[in-house]
Amino acid sequence: MAFGNVVALRHVDFAVGRNEIVGLIGDNGAGKSTLIKIITGVLRPTSGRLYIRDQPIAWSDYSVRRAHDLRIETVYQEKSLGEKQPLWRNFFAGRQITNRWGFIDVRKEKEIANKILLDTIGFRGVGIDAESTVSKLSGGERQGVAIGRAMYFDADLIVLDEPTVALALKEVRKVLDFIERIRTSGRACIYIEHNLAHVHELADRLVVIDRGEVVSNIKRGEMSLHQLTDHLLALQAKKEAAA
Amino acid sequence: MTAVVNGKARRASAQQRSLIARVLATEGVPILLVLIAILVALMALAPNAFLGWRTYVSVLINYQPQIICALGLTLVIASGEIDLSFPSVITLTSLIFAAFYRFDNVFWLNWLAEGRTPEEIKAMQAQLSWLGVVAALGIGAFVGFINGALVAWIGIPSIIATLATAFVWRGMAVFLAGGKQFALRDFNQTDLWDITTGRLFTGLFQSGDVVLRKPDGIPIQAVIVLALAVLLWFILNRHRFGESLLFIGDNAHVARVVGIDVKATRVKLFTLMGALAGLAGMFLTMETENFTTTQGQASLLVVIAAVFIGGTSIFGGSGTIVGSYIGILIVVMLQIGMVAMGLGGDIADMVIGVVFVLAVILHMLVERPERLKGLGFGNR
Repeated sequence: MAFGNVVALRHVDFAVGRNEIVGLIGDNGAGKSTLIKIITGVLRPTSGRLYIRDQPIAWSDYSVRRAHDLRIETVYQEKSLGEKQPLWRNFFAGRQITNRWGFIDVRKEKEIANKILLDTIGFRGVGIDAESTVSKLSGGERQGVAIGRAMYFDADLIVLDEPTVALALKEVRKVLDFIERIRTSGRACIYIEHNLAHVHELADRLVVIDRGEVVSNIKRGEMSLHQLTDHLLALQAKKEAAA
Repeated sequence: MTAVVNGKARRASAQQRSLIARVLATEGVPILLVLIAILVALMALAPNAFLGWRTYVSVLINYQPQIICALGLTLVIASGEIDLSFPSVITLTSLIFAAFYRFDNVFWLNWLAEGRTPEEIKAMQAQLSWLGVVAALGIGAFVGFINGALVAWIGIPSIIATLATAFVWRGMAVFLAGGKQFALRDFNQTDLWDITTGRLFTGLFQSGDVVLRKPDGIPIQAVIVLALAVLLWFILNRHRFGESLLFIGDNAHVARVVGIDVKATRVKLFTLMGALAGLAGMFLTMETENFTTTQGQASLLVVIAAVFIGGTSIFGGSGTIVGSYIGILIVVMLQIGMVAMGLGGDIADMVIGVVFVLAVILHMLVERPERLKGLGFGNR
């Protein structure tokens, strides 16, 4: 993948399996975002191949909408919900349940939204229902709603782009619990995270990207958090020596 | 960021909401109470005007174009945009409709009248006025589309784009009118008048033996506009298009991420607004049976004030059709009331301005109290 003369990604071989949370780590500008954007259909690479469920995908035919059709959903750092809108609108925005004239079946949307809140997200006794507006939710709860939405729409692959950024400690815990739910529901997940402790705790596999290349592939249990930190520091030192 | 209530407080507030609180939270109820309070005050202060039915019938007859524009503008403002060009679209579409009826009087259609007798011309007027309806709505939609294209595709902020096009549409109207005003003589004898401007329940509103050229009664326009308000309520609150507008007004970036075609939605919105302004222009001309080169120009401030007094968010992301409808009534009743009390339009303007500010402060208090730090609300 190249932007003009700048090669952003090179020889990247990256795979996610069912039931697997893959943590993607690397410095700012390492190429994590570019890789994610290619997978979710936002960017088209200069060259390379993409397989989804073992089927080759033609780039000319690939887009965000196509990714949705193939059950790939993305939860962004923040701002993936309309703040003044009630949750039932947020769950179905862009893919409403409508009659043939485009009028929304509000009762059905609310019913399903309440079900998602209870069963998929696990909001119980916190005073949140389908009628609540997003502005009444805490940062962690908002990420929970966004993750729950992705799960409801049967995403097989959920891409989490730094979901805990700018959250209070207690809220971070909630989001990590939501991510744990993704695993137990049998889906795949790509999890971009700056905080090594979080990603080390949750990921089944860690992929380290550095200057556009995959430099390590670490399975769960291969390294302790301490060893991981040392490993990344060593990479950093090597980079500085080269420069 | 908005303050977050903890779970316990949220639960409690959901359970403790009394019947009164729920009624007050229903769309339009608070603003309706304000209207009633104003009317009661005016009945006491100017009983001559407000205790009979004449003032109310006259409001129904004369203010439908403003209501139509306020309804349309509600959608525009809810999506975080503004349209300053609708008064000029009214002028233009008034002219277009008037021109089809008085084709003998405009330089670009008068060739149709050549070599015809006055009787033939009169018969043609009645027929061409139907074409005038289609043309006024079509031209309204088309100039709205141009507004939308400038905003969505070229990327000019709507306040600037529609300010610029306001000059164009107004100039175009005066040019196509040949710079003159003219009457739509005998339009009230056509079938089209009967179904658009005619009066209902005239028997209820007779006074003495006076025979008016246009009898008092509920104008059919008022019924059509009420039906339009219901339709627009459903479009804003229950239709995919309305939901897209709310999300765009809330946060255009979020709208894009959830898969809303922001540009296409904006173009559709301005096209709809143009068509509604076209309807307003047409109704105005039908009622006044007259075209003047400033037709509709006075409606800008009244309509914008009504939408905000009604409770549509100044930040975008929410809008109330019921509020805007009642908002126009509040503004109009204040205007009429001040004049009926012998105070004149200058005082009316000042009162409306003060009501406008108070209403916006009140709505902000509900929506974003932290923005009102100056008044001691919010902690930041």
